[in-house]
Amino acid sequence: MQIHISKSRMKRRIALNSIFRILFFLATTIGLVFLSLLLIRILNQGLGYLTIDFLRNFPAPYVEEAGMFAGIIGSLFLMLLTAPIAIILGVSTALYLEEYAPKNRFTNFIQVNVQNLAGVPSIVFGLLGLTFFVYLFQMGYTLIAGALTMSLLILPVIVVAAQEAIRSVPKEIKEASIGMGATKWQTIWRIVLPAAVPGILTGSILALSRAIGETAPLLIVGAATAIYTIPDSMLSKYTVMPIQIYSWTSRPQEEWQFVAGAGIIVLLVILLCMNAIAVWIRNKFQNRY
Amino acid sequence: MKSMKLLALAALFILTIGLLAACGTENETGQADENQETDQTDEGTNASEENTEENTEETEELSGEVLIDGSSTVFPIMEGLTYEYNQENPSVELSLNSSGSGGGFKKSTVGEIDLSNASRPIKEEEIAIAEENGIELHELELAYDGLSVVVSQQNEFVENLTVDQLKKIFLADNDATQWSDINPEWPEETITIYSPGHDSGTFDYFNEVILEENPMKEGENVTLSEDDNLLVQGIQNDPYAIGYFGYAYYAENQDTLKVLGIDEGNGAIKPSGETIQDGSYSPLSRPIFTYVNVASLEKPQVYDFVEFTLNNAGSAAEHVGYVALPDEKYQEQLDKINELAGK
Repeated sequence: MQIHISKSRMKRRIALNSIFRILFFLATTIGLVFLSLLLIRILNQGLGYLTIDFLRNFPAPYVEEAGMFAGIIGSLFLMLLTAPIAIILGVSTALYLEEYAPKNRFTNFIQVNVQNLAGVPSIVFGLLGLTFFVYLFQMGYTLIAGALTMSLLILPVIVVAAQEAIRSVPKEIKEASIGMGATKWQTIWRIVLPAAVPGILTGSILALSRAIGETAPLLIVGAATAIYTIPDSMLSKYTVMPIQIYSWTSRPQEEWQFVAGAGIIVLLVILLCMNAIAVWIRNKFQNRY
Repeated sequence: MKSMKLLALAALFILTIGLLAACGTENETGQADENQETDQTDEGTNASEENTEENTEETEELSGEVLIDGSSTVFPIMEGLTYEYNQENPSVELSLNSSGSGGGFKKSTVGEIDLSNASRPIKEEEIAIAEENGIELHELELAYDGLSVVVSQQNEFVENLTVDQLKKIFLADNDATQWSDINPEWPEETITIYSPGHDSGTFDYFNEVILEENPMKEGENVTLSEDDNLLVQGIQNDPYAIGYFGYAYYAENQDTLKVLGIDEGNGAIKPSGETIQDGSYSPLSRPIFTYVNVASLEKPQVYDFVEFTLNNAGSAAEHVGYVALPDEKYQEQLDKINELAGK
């Protein structure tokens, strides 16, 4: 009798197990299906318009001559300025919070706020940038104002990622270093940071990947929609890829949707490259301890 | 040892970035070379430019910035103009944004930009702000747009609407919700409305001439969007839908949309190149503008670009689906600009 009960129970458990397996598998495929639908649609629309000229030309009112050069260079320059500002500020903040800051209410307060900032809508950072960088510091609608705004936008993400990375460095090796007579700074520079590099850089590059796809805050701090020069200084006017793509999708003529498709492919390729670098760094430095 | 690895990594990172930047500069110089071929006289004339400011011969090489912002409706025309102008004058740095008519005036009334595009005339309060800041904006008409009221090709019963019928359909305080409420011969089906969002100049214009500033219907049968293509898609497949947007969006989708004649009391007239230009498509044909900061006309490159704009706006407008003004209108405006600039 008892054997019988346990057998039927067993059956139920096994059935439940396979049901959940199927459910979770479906959940995974739903994401994949939509991702591949999106990719197929964009590749279908855009590939025909993706030519060398598309990468080299400035905006134009004719579909065949329109190009993304100003956007590509603008986005890359923007990231070149944003990356050092955000990473240096972000890692320093994380080091302070993890290594130096006393564990008190004030530190907690900062901690909670940084985490909340990571969830603030990007347009709010745009307004912040407009008020401070564009008007108060009189930078105008320039590349550096855009880069500083973007740095603020991704700073919280970098701080949180860097904190995680620093925290995961084993306590023993830090103590060993201090026990050998190293100062705190020596320990941080020679022990903590090298061990935390993969986490920090992975987080940073993912944050930069977010920044390169942002439109709203840059529209507010005055990135141009059509421009025929590429930035030659930090005080130049500029445009970025997502703004150009957005401008193409909103036109009445159908061909512009295809041009936008080509633009999206370029943006995706650059994003993939950045993510690939992140993965490469993570793999290279993993499991050091 | 570990810090060495960190350094090596940092160096690699910087190298990658440097490489990317180098690619950029390489292309940049390539571009510059091409440009130089087309204007070999560049360097020589630049030096003497200040002395010859009064002289606006075509051979003179201009430089400096022209900053343009404003309506997204005007953007396609301006993009055409800036593109052509850039071909002729590659050293003038043109920057064109599209942050909406209101967004443009916000910048032009404080003197941040030279030209402010608008799909509606400037408002009193915007003029007041400009005056406070000592800025005078001069209105230029670039082209006409015929706001088109459309239904799906699948709609078999509507051909024309009177202005009163339009009001019945769109006004919130009128409880007509079915086509049969408008005309008893039409089917008893709910009207679905597609309209540009409240921030757009297109809505502003419809609001002014049809709704007369009264609230428009809202709710489940009304779709508002800033994306005109979305409105087009919504109307295409719904025989009981109605909506309105700029003529260019109808012109591109003639095979799926049916444009309605609008009757202001003198018979129904459909929008077309002729009826929009001669003003008989009324009250929904509207001029679209750019406002030039009069002080900016002292900069030779801005004056030159405005002159170029008035000479070429007609063809640029027609290329993107708008309707050109009669030629003499452009000439009149050009004379006025010359007067303002003291030429």
